[in-house]
Amino acid sequence: MELRSKIPSGPLEQKWERHRSEIKLVNPANKMKYHIIVVGSGLAGGSAAASLAELGYTVSCFCFQDSARRAHSIAAQGGINAAKNYQNDGDSAFRLFYDTVKGGDFRAREANVYRLAELSARIIDQCAAQGVPFAREYGGLLANRSFGGVQVSRTFYARGQTGQQLLLGAYQALARQIAVGQVRMYPRTEMLDLVVIDGRARGIVVRDLVSGAVSGHAADAVVLATGGYANVYYLSTNAKGCNVTAIWRAYRRGAALANPCFTQIHPTCIPVTGPHQAKLTLMSESLRNDGRIWVPKRTGDTRPPGAIPEAERDYYLERLYPSYGNLAPRDIASRRAKDVCDEGRGVGPGGGGHGVYLDLRDAIARLGREVIVERYGNLFEMYQRITGEDPFQVPMRIYPAPHYTMGGLWVDYNLMTTLDGLYAIGEANFSDHGANRLGASALMQGLADGYFILPYTIGDYLAQAKRDTVGPDHPTFRQVQGEVNERVRRLLAGSGRKTADVFHRELGRLMWDQCGMSRNAAGLNDAIAKIAGLREEFARDVYVGGKGEDFNQALEHAGRVADFFEFAELMCRDALHREESCGCHFREESQTPEGEAKRDDARYSYVAAWEFTGVGNAPTLHQEPLAFEAVHLAQRSYT
Amino acid sequence: MHLTLHVWRQQGPGLPGSFVRYAITDVSPDMSFLEMLDVLNQQLLARQDEPIAFDHDCREGICGACGMVINGRPHGPQRATTTCQLHMRSFADGAELWIEPWRARAFPVIKDLVVDRGAFDRIVQAGGFITVRAGSAPEANAVLVPKRNADLAMDAAACIGCGACVAACPNASAMLFAAAKVSHLGLLPQGQPERDTRVVGMVTQMDAEGFGACSNHGECMAACPKEISIDFIAQLNRDYLTAVASSKPQAARANGGDA
Repeated sequence: MELRSKIPSGPLEQKWERHRSEIKLVNPANKMKYHIIVVGSGLAGGSAAASLAELGYTVSCFCFQDSARRAHSIAAQGGINAAKNYQNDGDSAFRLFYDTVKGGDFRAREANVYRLAELSARIIDQCAAQGVPFAREYGGLLANRSFGGVQVSRTFYARGQTGQQLLLGAYQALARQIAVGQVRMYPRTEMLDLVVIDGRARGIVVRDLVSGAVSGHAADAVVLATGGYANVYYLSTNAKGCNVTAIWRAYRRGAALANPCFTQIHPTCIPVTGPHQAKLTLMSESLRNDGRIWVPKRTGDTRPPGAIPEAERDYYLERLYPSYGNLAPRDIASRRAKDVCDEGRGVGPGGGGHGVYLDLRDAIARLGREVIVERYGNLFEMYQRITGEDPFQVPMRIYPAPHYTMGGLWVDYNLMTTLDGLYAIGEANFSDHGANRLGASALMQGLADGYFILPYTIGDYLAQAKRDTVGPDHPTFRQVQGEVNERVRRLLAGSGRKTADVFHRELGRLMWDQCGMSRNAAGLNDAIAKIAGLREEFARDVYVGGKGEDFNQALEHAGRVADFFEFAELMCRDALHREESCGCHFREESQTPEGEAKRDDARYSYVAAWEFTGVGNAPTLHQEPLAFEAVHLAQRSYT
Repeated sequence: MHLTLHVWRQQGPGLPGSFVRYAITDVSPDMSFLEMLDVLNQQLLARQDEPIAFDHDCREGICGACGMVINGRPHGPQRATTTCQLHMRSFADGAELWIEPWRARAFPVIKDLVVDRGAFDRIVQAGGFITVRAGSAPEANAVLVPKRNADLAMDAAACIGCGACVAACPNASAMLFAAAKVSHLGLLPQGQPERDTRVVGMVTQMDAEGFGACSNHGECMAACPKEISIDFIAQLNRDYLTAVASSKPQAARANGGDA
C-alpha cells in the first residue's frame, strides 16, 4: 500500500483553485449513467447526496435511521465556523486555517485545512439561501459568537440547534432530489460490508432493518459518510446508533485507517448518574463564553456550591490559562477537569465526584436573566430535565465525555481512501482536525466535504475510470453477501448468557480507563490483551435472540459491538505506538513540567495509517509525513 | 421505585397486537424513560424473551426518533419533553403505565412501539424546501432578514418530526408538522419564490397520505416537545388560501422542484 496524498503543487492559497480547474470533468450528458452510493445522511452524506444529484449523477443514499433527517449531526448545538470577518475583528481564511492547524496540535495536513477555511464562507451563503434560520442582529444581518480556542467571533448559530438546522437544510435539498427521482433513499438500511472488485470499490452489502433481508447494491463509486466511533467507549455523547461498522468493514477490505487513537473528549457534558446510564448528554461549550468553571479549593469539600465563599473556589482554567481562561481548547479543558477530580476536588452528590461546576452566576448578574434565556434557554431547560436542578439556582455540573473522533479512514486530497472509488467524508475520514478538533468546526468540515469538495473530486475519478456494468449478481457480490449472512447466523447462534449490551459496557469501561483522556504504555498493553480476551468471550458467549429475518434491534447492536471489539484493539495499538502527547492524545510519558501535552515532532510528525493484514495479524503501519510550510511548528500555548 | 408496565406488543405490520404486563423493580428516579425500558429489555433478554422494539437514537431530545404514548399522552406527562428526556422522577413509585405506539393510519406499526413515519418525509419531498443548487447562493449578508422574522422562523423550524402532534390529534392530522415547515420557509425572504407551490404541494401530499383534517383541538401543540405554536397552522391556512385563490396553472403540482 502506498499513501499518495495528491496535494496539488503551488502556493497554499492557490492549490484548491488550481486543482479545481485542472481536474477532469464528466460530460453532463453522461453523469446520469454513473451511479454513486452514499452511506449516511448526516451533514456530509446528506449534502453530498443532494449535491451529486443536482449535478445529474444517479445517487442511492442509505441510512440506518428511519429518516434521513435523524442523523447525529442533528445534535450539534453550538455553531459553525466561517471566515467571513463580519465582526471586523481581523478574521481571515488564513487565520481560521492557522487556528485549526494549531488547535489540532499540528497533526493535520496544511493543504486540506486551508481549503476548508477557504470554503467556509460559501457554506454560510449556501445554508442561508436554503433558509437556515441563523441568529440575526436587529439590522437583519447575521450574528456571530466566539467559540472555544479562538480569539475572533466567527461562529454562526441557530440558537442551540445549529446542527439540526444545517442538517434540515441538507435534508430538504436531499428531499428535493428524492422527489425528482435523482436520489433513491434507503432508510432503515444498514451497510454491513463493502464490495471490492479488481481493486475498486463497486458497491455495498446492506441489511434491511425491517425485514432483515440482506442484499447487494452496485455502483461506480461508494461514499462513506458514516460518522465517528466514539461509542467504542459505550458512554459518549453520540447517538445510540453511531458505530464503526462501515469504516471498519472498509478497513478490512483494504482502506487504510488513520490516527484511530485521536478521540475528542468534550469538557462540558452532564455527569454520569448511575450504572443504568445509556448515554451522555453534551451541554454546548458556548456556555463557556459566559460560564466560569470551578471546583472547591479544598479536597473533600461537600458544602453546597452557594455556601462556598469566593475565596475558597478555584477557577482553575482562569488560573492556569489567563489569556484564554474558560475558553481553553477542549482537550485542555477536559484534561484539567480530570486532574482536579483525580485530586479529590470533584463535585456532585456526596462530593469527591466526577464533576466540576460550570457557573453562570456572574453572567446572570451582569447580563440579566432575559439575555441568558435568549442565549442558552434551551440548554438550561435540557439540563434541568435531565438533572432535576435549575441552573438559575445552582451551578451546572459538568464532566468530560467522548464526543468526536478525529481519526477515520485515510483519504487523499480528493477525499478518496486507499481503495479506488471509495471516498470518506465528514467525521468518517481522518479529516482536517489533526489531533484535536476546535468547536464549531465539525459542521464546517462535513458541509465543505459534501457541498463543495466531493462533487468536484469524484468527477475526476469517474471521468478516468473504465465504465463497465457490474451488477449485484456478480460473483463477488454473492460471496460478500454470503459472508454477511454467515456473520449474522453466527451472532444468532450464540447461546451464552451475556447480552451484547453487557459486553459493550465492559469494552467501554476498559477503553475509557486505559485509552481515554490519559494513556500510558502499560495500560495500553494491558488493554490490548484484555480486549482480545473479551472479544473471544463475546464470540463464544453472547446471547442475541430472535431471528435474522425480522426487525431485531438486539441483532443490530450485537453486530456493531462485534466490530467495536476488533476496532478497539487497533485504537489501542495506535495510541501505544504514538509515544508523544499531541492534542487529545495524552501519553503520560510525554508531558511538560506544567503537565501539558509534549509533542515529539522529530519522531511523530506524520499521519499513522494502518493497513489490515488479516484477522489476528498485527496491522501494518504506513506513515504520511506532515510538512508544514505556512505555519511555524510551535508548542501550543494558551496561557 | 417499582412500576407496573402495560406495553403494546405487536409482531409486525397488520398483525394483531395486545398489551403485555411487566413488573419492573429497582427503577432509579434519575433514569430516563428509555433507560428504564433498556433495563427491562435486558431482563427480557436474560430470560430469553423478545425485547420490546422502540425507536430511539440521539437520546437528547433532538433527533425525533423516539416517541411513545404513555398513559394516553404522547411523550408522557412532562411538558415540552421527548420520551428520551423524560425522567422517572416524573412518576410516582408504584405507578401503572400504559405504553403504546403512535396511533394513526398514516403511521403503520412496524413492530411493538415502532411506527413507519415515512409519510412525513414524503410531505417534505412535496415542497418543504427552498430550491438552491450548491454553488449558486448569493453572499449571505446580501439578503437581510428582520430579526423578528428570523426568530419566528426558528420557532417553527425547531420541529423534530417526531409525530407526537399526529398521535395527539383526534383526527390524526399532520397540520402542525406541515405548518411548521411552511411557516419556517415562508417567513424568510429566501422562501418567497416557492411559497405557493410549497404549501399546495405539502397539503396535497398530507391528504394523500391519509392524515386527517385539522379541527382546532390544539392537542398537537400541547403534546409537541418543541412547543410549536398552532399559530403556524393559521399561517398555513392563510398561505394555502392565498395560493389557491391566486392559483397559477402549475401551482397544484405535487412536487415543486426541477431536476
